[in-house]
Amino acid sequence: MTAVAEPRRATREASPVVAFLVRRLIGALLALFVASVLIFVGTAVLPGDAASVVLGRGATPQAVHTLDERMHLDRPLLEQYTSWLGGFVHGDLGDSSVGLAQGQKHAPVWDLISNQVKNSVILALVTALFMIPLSLGLGALAAVYAGRAVDHAVSIGSLAAIALPEFVIGSLLVGVFFVWLDVLPPVALIPPGDNPLSHPEKLVLPVATLLLASLAAGIRMVRAGMVEVLQTEYVQTARLNGLAERWVLWRYAMRNALAPSVQVLAQNLQWLIGGIIITENVFAYPGIGTTLVTAVGNRDLTLVQSVAMMIAVVYVFLNLLADLIVMLLVPKLREPA
Amino acid sequence: MRSAFRFLRIRSGAIGLAVVVFVVVVALFGRYVAPHDPNVPVGTPLSGPSSAAHLGTDFLGRDVLSRLLYGGRSVIGLAAAATVLAYAIGLAIGLIAGYSRSKVDPILMRTVDVMLAFPPLLFLLVLITGAGSGVGVLIIGVAAIQAPSISRIVRTATLEVTVRGYVEAAVARGERAAAVVVREVLPNILAPVLVDAGLRFTYSILIIASVNYLGLGLQPPASDWALLISENREYIALNVWAVLAPAAMIALLTIGVNLMGDAIARSLGRSYVPRTTRSVPA
Amino acid sequence: MSGDGGGPVVRVEGLCLELTSGDPVVQDVSFAVGAGEILGLVGESGSGKTTTALALLGYTRPGVVLRGGSVEVGGEAIMGSGARAVRSLRGRVVSYVPQDPGGALNPSLRVGDAIMDVLRAHRSDAASHDSVHTALERVELGADPRFGRRFPHQLSGGQQQRVTIAMACVCGPPVAVLDEPTTGLDVLTQDRILTELLRLRSEEGMAMVYVSHDLAVVARMADRIAVMYAGRVVEHGPVDEVIGRPRHPYTRALVGAIPDVRRPRALRGIPGVAVGVGEWPPGCSFAPRCAFAQERCQAAVPALEETSARHAVRCVRRDELELSEPGSGGARAAAPAGAGRPLLEVSGLEVEYRSGRGRNVAVRDVSFAIEAGRCVALVGESGSGKTTIGRCIAGLHVPTAGRIVFDGQELDGSARDRALDQRRRIQIVFQNPFESLNPRHRVGASIERPLRILRRLSRADAAGEVSTLLERVRLPARVADRYPVELSGGERQRVAIARALAAKPDLLVCDEVTSALDVSVQAAVLELLAELQRDLHLSMLFITHNLGVVACVSDSVLVMDRGSLCESGAVQDVLSTPSDDYTRRLLGAAPCLPDRAVG
Repeated sequence: MTAVAEPRRATREASPVVAFLVRRLIGALLALFVASVLIFVGTAVLPGDAASVVLGRGATPQAVHTLDERMHLDRPLLEQYTSWLGGFVHGDLGDSSVGLAQGQKHAPVWDLISNQVKNSVILALVTALFMIPLSLGLGALAAVYAGRAVDHAVSIGSLAAIALPEFVIGSLLVGVFFVWLDVLPPVALIPPGDNPLSHPEKLVLPVATLLLASLAAGIRMVRAGMVEVLQTEYVQTARLNGLAERWVLWRYAMRNALAPSVQVLAQNLQWLIGGIIITENVFAYPGIGTTLVTAVGNRDLTLVQSVAMMIAVVYVFLNLLADLIVMLLVPKLREPA
Repeated sequence: MRSAFRFLRIRSGAIGLAVVVFVVVVALFGRYVAPHDPNVPVGTPLSGPSSAAHLGTDFLGRDVLSRLLYGGRSVIGLAAAATVLAYAIGLAIGLIAGYSRSKVDPILMRTVDVMLAFPPLLFLLVLITGAGSGVGVLIIGVAAIQAPSISRIVRTATLEVTVRGYVEAAVARGERAAAVVVREVLPNILAPVLVDAGLRFTYSILIIASVNYLGLGLQPPASDWALLISENREYIALNVWAVLAPAAMIALLTIGVNLMGDAIARSLGRSYVPRTTRSVPA
Repeated sequence: MSGDGGGPVVRVEGLCLELTSGDPVVQDVSFAVGAGEILGLVGESGSGKTTTALALLGYTRPGVVLRGGSVEVGGEAIMGSGARAVRSLRGRVVSYVPQDPGGALNPSLRVGDAIMDVLRAHRSDAASHDSVHTALERVELGADPRFGRRFPHQLSGGQQQRVTIAMACVCGPPVAVLDEPTTGLDVLTQDRILTELLRLRSEEGMAMVYVSHDLAVVARMADRIAVMYAGRVVEHGPVDEVIGRPRHPYTRALVGAIPDVRRPRALRGIPGVAVGVGEWPPGCSFAPRCAFAQERCQAAVPALEETSARHAVRCVRRDELELSEPGSGGARAAAPAGAGRPLLEVSGLEVEYRSGRGRNVAVRDVSFAIEAGRCVALVGESGSGKTTIGRCIAGLHVPTAGRIVFDGQELDGSARDRALDQRRRIQIVFQNPFESLNPRHRVGASIERPLRILRRLSRADAAGEVSTLLERVRLPARVADRYPVELSGGERQRVAIARALAAKPDLLVCDEVTSALDVSVQAAVLELLAELQRDLHLSMLFITHNLGVVACVSDSVLVMDRGSLCESGAVQDVLSTPSDDYTRRLLGAAPCLPDRAVG
């Protein structure tokens, strides 16, 4: 039913990819714009008066008024929004509301969190380093041996792990490795300024917690994708043509299961962001997560706004990256529609 | 609806249901058999199990067992309410988008895409920063997190069903859109939509428990299982039960729901095989 | 025709396959294929033909096990052998051409590389770009030297199938198994592929086992034919003999059910429903549906025995029965000419789709009329716009331009905006029987709906009417309480027809209503439609791509080519002396049964 297609020239093959990139970039910017509005509305618009939220119930009207000025809350909402967003784009993350409330003239957010950002990134990278190959490997293994002992073990293990919140997993791990075996520390307090990698024993439990929680979901979905591919007609036809099984698994199954797996893994990495927030709190790891939670608890509006925006940027960027990789992997998507 | 209970034939599904029923019973009715008031100290803090406190005492000396028996309602109730609300919103949006297919659909779906581009926990935290830690905030926030992906699934299922002969026959009869959607479309999309209901409920539980754990949801002195864990975590070496017991309850609940959900998905998957034309090998 | 190089290339003896539950799927199947010979394996759903064919590759689908018997290809046993032996034989001694080429090609592999994979698996020394190019040339794809660099999604259906054929031939196997390779293709494309296959056989001397439900196609391709019913071979022999003078009642009924463009006649279906796995009756499995059955037929399974040279039949009455061609009743009785204005008038119909890339014209300036009580066939290949026209008439699609006038009144584009009476008098039956009934409603409820909505009957009256309607479509009344999933495809289609009749329509739009059905079931449904049309004085717009059906069912025909009406007229005229070139090509490509042997 399709018309005969002309072979694509190599020079023209670049343009669908570029067009796609441009489209997705615009989409990403749009998403970030909406995210910024959401964040701004959530923190600065919702509470009737942000300053009293920061100061708490016992605040004197005088203190509220002073803080209002310091936080520029007396200016129209739209101006507050644009100045915040403008500052963010230029790298100026504003002053911490709590800091301002405490009387400091300047309390730049970036100074407060730069270390933490670094620590969180390291934690995330170390986890990702293990998670990606393990997800792919174990998921494919479970799919190839579907229905047999290996698959059942992986299935049940992942079902349990998926069901448990990180703080439960973390607490249980601490219970086993600290209370019972006493081989690992229960908290991961890295001295400020230190490189976390120089305290590997403190990283073990947080990374293990994150892995246990995220691997489960990743394995299940990689497995499901692989099982689906293994049941396609082209895999069946390849076998009926007499191709060796290992050849079929790699070139016919894995190759086509890779694209959806990438999407799954990207989703998992995004989800990791939420996991990091909690896990850092469980182990008192000095990262963005603990900072954020403390800030939310203190109602430090500016801090929350800037950190949230940063995280949103990473989130959207991961999405974009995943889509790009998928596009490169699947030849059909490189055609103009 | 007779097929709804077919999942019980799968052993894991029956086990899951049993576990969930157990936990729900404890959560709902535990308070009537609790030996002590959950907010009143009954002994030295962090002492081990004794005849007065079967699971020992927590960091303020309160009876862990009693707090455990009081602590289930919050998480289960909040998660259930949030999930139901999410499905209601998601079904409405998805059905409208999938059925009308013309002008409304792209707008709705762009909005959904943008919502999905935002990290869920972060959204909840931002919301709490602004609106506080009330029960309403939690329910609406979690529902707002789940509704977009539900609406996506509903829309896909609706699109698939709307082109089938029986829906077109109804349209050709001139039936009103609402009648067609309710009579012909809705019963046939429930299967694919509810396939992951178990996972979604689990996710609601997880995220609410996590927020409670962070101290940003329910506040002390509430007896919530997640709060119990976070309160007593530092002292885990002194009374392991103060952390282990609530952790076990949460674990049982979520694993049970997951087992059930998995069994439901598999039993629905079997009966939901879409029939193709005669190209079935003879 | 069959050059004998010493021993048959395929030898199947007493093959028995069954489900793990013990129900037999294929039983006591034996046949042999000589070098360069084409064996047609024919049957309908549930016959076991595909399972048997795949067994030639040593494959059984999950849940099916070998119970007994043997399969040899090229002199070596393949069924039940070790994995390594089986793999070595596949592709090299026995190869496979799948039914759906689009799904059978690896979407992320260039077609040249896919062909190379097969070569490499069996003769690594011969694996080179030259051999791939030669293979492509053999299937007439060698014109473009860079063809091998394309991906499957960049090819048309016909090209994809040629690639799979190239893959099947590249190692020069003595026999190929083809599983309905042209079922998903257009008639013209099918014709070209079949020509290709015949050429390959004569040039390469490759034997083939050609599985199909389409007797007409098999008649063109095969030297010998084996007919299967309920897992057993019921007749086999030279193709002209089996089709010209069938000895088994099932074969005879099957031949009688095949629509033939050259010989339009009323088709006859087979009463009853095909037996599924696990439902085989004792004795001869065809007996419950056989017009010639006697008591002894059900006593024991008849043996397959030869009646003449290489012609065997599985029927205890084979020597008694003298099977003539099933009563055909001659050509269709022409309906009386309509008086006054036509029932339906379509003028200047245009349907345009706008997509991101521009306009796509599906229907271009189509005009025609349907008189009361007449059946008009709307014929074309996929993409010709015929279904779109039907949907516009039924009110499911609003045309871009043009008028539809029904009984003197202009119709609104959308059914919602039409008068109740207009909605009632035009009804449509859809192609896919598995999707035309709401799986959550009982059959009775589905039929009742139009009774309540379009005829405003009360609940009590409606219930009675449902039974009457079911009777009309020859279904037992108890079907009303069943759910669609419990019915077969043919039964569901009858229910869909009953639902359409419930409104007491004057015009019935049939959108490829038999395309998804087995041949004999199709004949039965067509028989029913013809009867209904006569008795109820119904007008019909019969949409189909099958020219043979047109000949048997309609009074006049409209031929569509890519959105435009290229020819119209009375059936006899158009089919015997077509004036348009496209119609001529369609007629030429339509497979038909061989002329009967005289005597």
